[in-house]
Amino acid sequence: MPRYDAIIVGGGHNGLVCAAYLARAGRKVLVLERRERIGGAAVTEEVFPGFRFSVFSYVVSLLRPEIIRELELPRHGLHILPLESTLTPLLEGGEAGNYLAQWSDHDQNRRELARHSLRDAEAYDEFGLMLHQMARAVKPLLGMVPPDPASLSLRDVRGMARLGRYFRDLGKADFNRLTKLLTMSAADFLDEWFENEALKATKSASGIIGTLLGPRSPGTAYVLLHHYMGELDGVFRAWGFARGGNGSVSAAIAAAARAAGAEIRCSAPVDKIVVTHGKARGVVLEDGEEILAKLVVSGADPRRTFLQLVGEKHLPGDFVEPLRQFRFRGASAKVNLALGELPNFTCLPGPGAHLRGAISISPSVSYLERAYDEAKYGEPSRQPYMDVVIPSFLDPQMAPPGKHVMSIFVQYAPYQANGGWTDARREALGDTVVDTLSQYAPNLKKAILHRQVLTPADIERIVGLAEGNIFQGELTLQQMFFLRPVPAWAKYRTPLAGLYQCGAGTHPGGGVMGASGRNAALQILGGA
Amino acid sequence: MLKTTPFHERTATLCASYAWRRWAGYVVASSYELSHEREYHAIRGSAALFDVSPLYKYRVRGKDAARLLDHVVTRSISQLEVGQVAYTPWCDAAGKVLDDGTVARLGEAEFRMTSAEPNLRWLEDNASELEVEIEDVTESLAALSLQGPASRAILGDIELKYFRLARRYLGDIPVAISRTGYTGDLGYEIWVSARDAIALWDYLISVGTPYGIVPAGMLALDMARIEAGLMLIEVDYVPARKALIESQTSSPFELDLGWTVNLKKERFVGREALTREASRGPQWQFVGLEIDWTSLEQLYAEVGLATRLPAAAWRTSVPIYAGKEQAGYATSGGWSPLLKKYIALAHLSSRFARPGTLLDIEMTVEHRRKRAAARVVKKPFFDPERKRA
Repeated sequence: MPRYDAIIVGGGHNGLVCAAYLARAGRKVLVLERRERIGGAAVTEEVFPGFRFSVFSYVVSLLRPEIIRELELPRHGLHILPLESTLTPLLEGGEAGNYLAQWSDHDQNRRELARHSLRDAEAYDEFGLMLHQMARAVKPLLGMVPPDPASLSLRDVRGMARLGRYFRDLGKADFNRLTKLLTMSAADFLDEWFENEALKATKSASGIIGTLLGPRSPGTAYVLLHHYMGELDGVFRAWGFARGGNGSVSAAIAAAARAAGAEIRCSAPVDKIVVTHGKARGVVLEDGEEILAKLVVSGADPRRTFLQLVGEKHLPGDFVEPLRQFRFRGASAKVNLALGELPNFTCLPGPGAHLRGAISISPSVSYLERAYDEAKYGEPSRQPYMDVVIPSFLDPQMAPPGKHVMSIFVQYAPYQANGGWTDARREALGDTVVDTLSQYAPNLKKAILHRQVLTPADIERIVGLAEGNIFQGELTLQQMFFLRPVPAWAKYRTPLAGLYQCGAGTHPGGGVMGASGRNAALQILGGA
Repeated sequence: MLKTTPFHERTATLCASYAWRRWAGYVVASSYELSHEREYHAIRGSAALFDVSPLYKYRVRGKDAARLLDHVVTRSISQLEVGQVAYTPWCDAAGKVLDDGTVARLGEAEFRMTSAEPNLRWLEDNASELEVEIEDVTESLAALSLQGPASRAILGDIELKYFRLARRYLGDIPVAISRTGYTGDLGYEIWVSARDAIALWDYLISVGTPYGIVPAGMLALDMARIEAGLMLIEVDYVPARKALIESQTSSPFELDLGWTVNLKKERFVGREALTREASRGPQWQFVGLEIDWTSLEQLYAEVGLATRLPAAAWRTSVPIYAGKEQAGYATSGGWSPLLKKYIALAHLSSRFARPGTLLDIEMTVEHRRKRAAARVVKKPFFDPERKRA
């Protein structure tokens, strides 16, 4: 008799969410994590003595409010500190005042935008309202198990009908707008609203994050909206830094799971998912230990889950084929810096409110597109897009008193780099990042005490994300909703009885959202 | 003319919001920045610095000082050790709360009492024939409250137990530090001569900056004290001195302060009335309420809106219902950004006050009065281990 009702492969945040929901429903659950710590890509590590980093994912924006609520994450230690602003330094001239900032205070923001464009300052509110309405229309899809449009089962037909109703309720103008969002590039879409380059570039950046596409690639407009969902929950204030780093998101979920009776084992790498007669029976660890369970739920990405842990021979060909086509193409790197002092931006000198928010190196749409151009041909961008945050400025416990940690999300750094990722290439990438950022904050180089550079290859090696894709598979339209990860298998189920998926490789995807884990658990509990 | 506190020179230049609030005839910042959000999160995430100088402060000295205070307040004062602090209400003869504050034993025969309302006359009237000297030190003694997980480190890893007081030097400034506050978090109040006020402010900002110290105003404090389940005079209760009708008054039992009433004391103002009430149980209770998110979301969805939440704590009287009957009223509430919960403090008729009881709270949604589900919960809503540890 299996000792467990369910084994969760991988202690990433989705695996933990799934475990927590299953355990709360009375199931006996075991989570197996390969690394010595839980969290997957949502971890806090003291990389250098006294300096703690959200090593991979670094902000909380899309974490589902219902998960925060139902798992009582604040009671289990989650405290989200608000991320207040976005600063886009501009290089030309390199003098004080040469920046574009977006502030959370309405009047302050409007005045700042008006400095650059009176038209944009006025359009800003309307744009926000439009995205709000769009996001509200699309948001119910996030918590929904995607119906299969090709199926005639009652449940799927009902699901499609529900979907139809959402779109009908949108009204004509909004429906047209949604169609545009689904088909246009982020740059084109933003062109319809704004004229300032820095504003368009900074806004378009959320359409390309984590994806090997440029702001002028069709389909990126929708990803903008996807990221806006977090802001929609602005009332829930889910947008910010987790106090103690993103590891505390995982820690809170794990605490909720344990409180509900789930068992979590670290340093327990799964070697194989045991399959007999078309049914998953349990797992075998790398050390040979076999653990049986009624269900196996994999939080690993689809490639690792099926091609590595299950093995092709257990899977039907018409499943394996689209699985091979599922695209990862990691496009981003991460640089973590330990700093002896705060960076001093030429455009806005001194420590100030601007250091409490994000700093976006995105001076123009062309800058971003050029960065992409190089990546298309297998080269890291010479002038990359960067999303920089200084968590220690808001949460001083992340660094020794008076010292700081800086997290730099870098794009593009293509997984398939010409000649592969070598140590030399990694350091060259680190130099590019530091050199580029130093153009805006000249004291940066001398402030650096330690540097950690993580290429897509490093991300794949350390946390197991295929090709270092931060979303467990590109978040592009052809890989979303009922197509994620494979058409007809988008409901967390798999062709194997007793095997489920709960990672970001399933609908609705990545971004430390937790929705995949929750949806999978609900599917298991509803259907098992 | 409103007065300014001894820290005004510093707080005025910081107050970018121009949002000031009156407090006991003084002005203090509501928030320094345009939004109080960061100030609020500093209370729970790093350290927040509040100017609490407007508190009324009395020095009570002399052979009978303990006797006087024991006679006035409901808790036992003579049992306090030197360096110990007690939170306590005090009542009129009918056992109705006049005020609440702290009493600190500074020496064998020396105490400091803080209060929200003036109490010199009340103390003097109760001191007839006692050998005691009462001095109002409200103006000469300034006070800062340093609250939050980093507060201990900022005070040089001070070793001071919960509700204890010690004299220290911060830099070269003589101060008294008490491990007290109004946030329900790890925190301290620092008492300093008004002369040294500015020097103390500068010292704390300078030492505290690497730890993330943030000057914070009353809006942030208000939300934190609700999370801590701490009541506010004139908001959550009417002091008996100001009540126009009897039903406006409250006993300590009705305010969930039964634990502060020491009926074993031989005599104190209100003892007889409180003894009677203790035996029959209070008619009202002061409880925590959690407003059900799904129910609130539903109210907004019905009119096609995403849920709206108050940006700051509110302090109005809001009816609470049990079916058709009014079970009581909430007096403060708000959205807790930390707990991600909509919480309120409420007075409920005792039969509805048991934790877990399901009730309805009135909510105005798009100009229409609706009801959202709410549940009675234990206070405090937030009670971190570090508070006492």
